[in-house]
Amino acid sequence: MVLAVLLAWPVPILLAGAGWPSTAPGLALALWQSIALAGGVSMIGSLLVFGLIPFGTTPVAALAGLAGHVIAGTLPVGATLPGVMALCLALILGAHLLLNLGMTFLRAERQRRRHHTLIGLLSDPLPFDSEGTRVIDHAAPIAYCLPGGTRSATVLSRGLLRLLDADQLRGVVAHERAHLRQQHHLVLLAFKSWHSALPWFPIANRAENAVALLVEMMADDQARLEVDDRTLARAIALVGTAHLAEVSGTQSPRAVAGALDETSSADLVGPRVSRLMGDTPALGTVGRGAVLAATAGLLVLPPVLLLTS
Amino acid sequence: MGSLGVLERLLMDILWSSERPLTANELRDALLDPAATGAKPLATTTVLTVLSRLEQKGFVSRDREIRPHGYSAVSSRAQHTAELMHEVLGTTSDRTATLARFIGNVSPQEAQTLRALLEGVDSAAE
Repeated sequence: MVLAVLLAWPVPILLAGAGWPSTAPGLALALWQSIALAGGVSMIGSLLVFGLIPFGTTPVAALAGLAGHVIAGTLPVGATLPGVMALCLALILGAHLLLNLGMTFLRAERQRRRHHTLIGLLSDPLPFDSEGTRVIDHAAPIAYCLPGGTRSATVLSRGLLRLLDADQLRGVVAHERAHLRQQHHLVLLAFKSWHSALPWFPIANRAENAVALLVEMMADDQARLEVDDRTLARAIALVGTAHLAEVSGTQSPRAVAGALDETSSADLVGPRVSRLMGDTPALGTVGRGAVLAATAGLLVLPPVLLLTS
Repeated sequence: MGSLGVLERLLMDILWSSERPLTANELRDALLDPAATGAKPLATTTVLTVLSRLEQKGFVSRDREIRPHGYSAVSSRAQHTAELMHEVLGTTSDRTATLARFIGNVSPQEAQTLRALLEGVDSAAE
């Protein structure tokens, strides 16, 4: 129970405020995932354990006892209202989280399929390119990737090709391919679903933003293998500032305000550029080991606690 | 993209640039035009198959009042591009995490910071 509370509140805030994740985004991402998973398991698990007390002395015996009572339609001696409510809550919470995850994935998959079709009809393959890069005729400088198994595509706009030079473009394309290769959309979707399942839970929002920034940094790190840091930083800053001009130049003030609202909560660009510009020291071996240990510990601890309680 | 995808795209290009609805036979003939494909002749049934796929996906409408049926594009190319870009730029109400964009939307304050950083990059490069 204590673990559930800790994981739900102080730990994520500490992690969101910490400086080291930007030096080791991959590790930080793993830690976020284990926090989310362990948080969910310990929250649902502690409700279950509390509710199962009257049904048996060990968790396994209690589950068997519960099944027996449910089939017989009876309540054991010592069953209390809070206990039964805890059981129901655990069930509802678990079902809610799983259903929401499924729905989020289904909806995303449908939209993605439609997007693939449109891209197929509207864009041209980039000449001399074998890896599914496509160019769409639009003035705004845009680059994004569209996951979809063998049909995965990186889409660039004409505006982007005009804005950036060859080296910067290579960096952008490497960045997008890293997203596709490392399957970042799955992580993002999982955290998005967690957030939409628990909208009143402030930590879910924080986690979603932190994870979004971390996957961008991971993709940046892959792009740094292709081009030097300054080229990439320039590309990011150029696209970032050009995009603003595009939005304010072509759309109604209201649309601009809407677009800006959205980013004030998630500043994804500044940290990336300053990270590329500065000399961030790499996380030491001890630090990396500690993070790995914490990640592994979080995955193991909740089940062990639940089974021994 | 498979060969059906290529055909879908060629047909849409023809329909988008056509002023009036076209029949399947007219579309087949347009595809035969070497300027359009330069490829092998197609059976009208193939064209019909692709057209019904496009109709299902909501890109093509079929006028059943006339014989043979006339096909036309539901929205213009520009409208479809706008739809796509709205989705990408996140100006639609229904946002999903299907796309990972290189750069998201930037606030004016951030843009200022970025410009300052850019100048930093330039002076450092000199």
